[in-house]
Amino acid sequence: MRRITIVVLLLLAACARRSSPPQAQAKVFGAALVEVSGSRQAAGIGMAVDQTLVVQVNDAHGSPVAGAPVWFHAAGGAVLNPAMGLTGSDGQFSATLTLGGSAGRYQVVARSRDTSGKEFEIRMDEIALGYQQMQGRQLNEQHCVRCHESESSAERVSNHDNLSKAPHSFTDGGVLNAMSDSDLESIISHGGPALNRSPEMPPYGYTLSKTEIEAVMAYIRAVSDPPYRPKGLIYASR
Amino acid sequence: MRLRDKLASVWQFLFGDSARAFGSLSVLLACCLSVVPARDYFREWRRYQDDYLRLVRGRGDAIALQRRFQSGVQQIWLPELGVVDRCTTCHTGLKEAGLRDVRELQFRPHPAIPHPLTEFGCAMCHRGQGAATTVEEAHRSTKAWEQPVLPARYLESSCGQCHQNTLTGTPQLSLGRKLLARYDCVSCHAVKTPGGAQMASSTGAPLLTHIAEKTSREWIFAWLKNPQAYSATATMPNFQLSDEDARDLSAYLISQSTPYLPGAEAPSAAQSKTENAQEGASVYGEAFCASCHAVQNAAGLMVGGDVGPELTRVGSKVKPEWLGQWLRNPKIYDSDTAMPHYRFDEKQLALLAGFLEAKSDSDLLANVQLPPATDAQVARGKVLARDRGCAACHQINGVPKPDNFAPDLTAAGSRSLAKLVFVGDMPHTLPDYLAAKIRDPRTFGQQLKMPKYTLTTQQVDALVTALLAQTDRAQAMPAVLRIPGPPASKYQPAGKAGEFMNDMNCFSCHAINGRGGDMAPDLTWEGSAVQRKWLVDFLKNPNTLRPALIRRMPKFNLSDADANMLANYMMTVYQTPAFDRDGIDPAKFSASDVEEGRQLFYSKYACQACHIVDPQKDKGYIGPTLTQVGARLNAAWIFHWLKDPQALRPGTLEPNQHLSDQDARALTAFLMAQRAIKR
Repeated sequence: MRRITIVVLLLLAACARRSSPPQAQAKVFGAALVEVSGSRQAAGIGMAVDQTLVVQVNDAHGSPVAGAPVWFHAAGGAVLNPAMGLTGSDGQFSATLTLGGSAGRYQVVARSRDTSGKEFEIRMDEIALGYQQMQGRQLNEQHCVRCHESESSAERVSNHDNLSKAPHSFTDGGVLNAMSDSDLESIISHGGPALNRSPEMPPYGYTLSKTEIEAVMAYIRAVSDPPYRPKGLIYASR
Repeated sequence: MRLRDKLASVWQFLFGDSARAFGSLSVLLACCLSVVPARDYFREWRRYQDDYLRLVRGRGDAIALQRRFQSGVQQIWLPELGVVDRCTTCHTGLKEAGLRDVRELQFRPHPAIPHPLTEFGCAMCHRGQGAATTVEEAHRSTKAWEQPVLPARYLESSCGQCHQNTLTGTPQLSLGRKLLARYDCVSCHAVKTPGGAQMASSTGAPLLTHIAEKTSREWIFAWLKNPQAYSATATMPNFQLSDEDARDLSAYLISQSTPYLPGAEAPSAAQSKTENAQEGASVYGEAFCASCHAVQNAAGLMVGGDVGPELTRVGSKVKPEWLGQWLRNPKIYDSDTAMPHYRFDEKQLALLAGFLEAKSDSDLLANVQLPPATDAQVARGKVLARDRGCAACHQINGVPKPDNFAPDLTAAGSRSLAKLVFVGDMPHTLPDYLAAKIRDPRTFGQQLKMPKYTLTTQQVDALVTALLAQTDRAQAMPAVLRIPGPPASKYQPAGKAGEFMNDMNCFSCHAINGRGGDMAPDLTWEGSAVQRKWLVDFLKNPNTLRPALIRRMPKFNLSDADANMLANYMMTVYQTPAFDRDGIDPAKFSASDVEEGRQLFYSKYACQACHIVDPQKDKGYIGPTLTQVGARLNAAWIFHWLKDPQALRPGTLEPNQHLSDQDARALTAFLMAQRAIKR
């Protein structure tokens, strides 16, 4: 009987043994993590985001720590490469992110630990765009971005500052999340005057199809910051 | 002993007499018969359906969801597509838009796509085994099923099975197909589209038949060893040649070269050149060389287009006499070149030649010391040129273009995993195999002939996507279900104007009747759009219509006669049948029409958001500047353009504002009144 008990206990122990967090062979530890770059990027499902995710480990005084351990974690099939390692001489650690297979927000958690073994972390949000949102992104590049984005690129000069009323960036969730779907659709289809706004926003209802306008709206909702949460009845996900 | 006694007593208990034996056998038979129903009861998909019903039960719209739920194995059967998909057995919520907030992937509605599930099924796009009813068999490759579910990053490849046309929704697939043509993959590999057409190369690698006139053997040697050392953006891959191979190949290429000019016209070695960096740069700028050619700047960034070769180190490559002749008229060296025949004057030629020759890199050829070639080396070089497939892309004297040089990739997306050789610890899937093969072919064997390309991850993914679209299913698709790409246009303008337009390579940038590039406006209806006088002036001295664009029309130094001849041809031939060019007489517009147009322009339609009419006041610069539009465009064109821009030029950015005839007429009046530069 005793022998059986021991076997069962051993089995339980084997099952319960969690893989301990990947501790790189670190000898130096920091006190805080800060993001350098890489959050809030959007890419198609299953694609790698353009910029690498870069985090920095700082000590208690805020100066970078070289050789401190960092490990990334992401759910939903997103893959980070490398997922763990030590910070470089500038105190930074970077990884490329490949998004998972379904559209939505992906949260990447970067963790490190201090000398006492206490873990600290930061979170970075990334956006995976489905077919419809990708189509919206393309239409945005073609028709919207020159006025709605104030940044110019080598290939495209922004017209944002030439307008009498500054258009909202599509990531401006503070404003755009407050607009209902039907308001958004009206202003895209019928132009600014439909909502008593500037006529400098022209109507696109005769240029873009209904599907295309829906795609643009899906893109706006996908990239908004803070994230868009549709109004109305939400059921518990469980 | 004890054991035998026990067994005997059990036997006695079960089969001691006929009644006991009958009872025991009945129980045994019942057990055997229950195996099948029990296995059926414990099938994996039932668990998913039970989970789904449990999930739905707690929701506010439970009754509607339960009513639409169908239990048992579900199947989408489309005989004409060969689809037998049972995926909806477990993926129960695919059509329930209300379940968007559900966490479990298998119960969520399908994201919006242009095709209804019931008409296309699932495995058509996602691959995997549609007929399977277990998770393992449907999604992963197991022994009996070869094809796993396609990773999301290559999903666009499935669109390419039917769509040979360019779709806006599949940028990766389009890029992949473009790269197959641009990097000349299709020159060695046969890749047929489902219609049976062979994909064609889009670059046209340089001719090598007169190569000795253009460059030195040392440069060829350095280039063959590593093309990317000369130009980071070179499309020529690295063949990883040994020093001996590069030595012999360069020897053969020089020896097979023939003169391209008859002896009398051979350019003198002492071509005039003027070294004046500032003025040279301004000729380079005014000719808009940067629209096609890139130069790496001090910060290491590429500045310029990727149509022509990069010019960062061009002075170390070309011979001065060749460069002078090329700038004078590139068509003599290569009649198919995309480079236009600029009509530079002597001063411009000298400045430009001096400017380009100064772009040299003394390190490039510093370590290249080649003794004179022997006959044996030349002979070995010829064998190498044939074995390495140089002539698949380049034209070389004495080496014919090989047929089927590399494996056919028409069905690359349906390659059987059993026939692939994987190396190292790479995942055993077809996309991973293709990606590894494209990224570094020689990891699969040093003797392989495929060269190493310098590609970004995005480009590799795009190429894999394009290859995965080449499936057996695509080839077997009934013709009615195929969406072919636009037919290749062989449009050729007629007569003297046609010859002239070829000489100028108008089609490198402009499209007419479906032929040509997309760098500059489509000119199919140009004769209806513009006024003749403006066109003649513009051809002679192009001014900037769109201040925000980097690429602009270069000045070709046309003579009066040439500009008039070209303008006459365009005004006569490039007429739209959609309206009468002389249908609206601008002389009939009254001052009140113009004033009404002004009001509409500035207030109702806020055109100044994108266009400039008054440079003092207006700032928009997305659309062309309209300060002199009344002297540029035709009144009827403006009217019909305002009514429906996309009808006249598909894909143009100007939104269709659905104007009434009256508004369009007033705006036309206002725009026709803008004739002179206002300062």
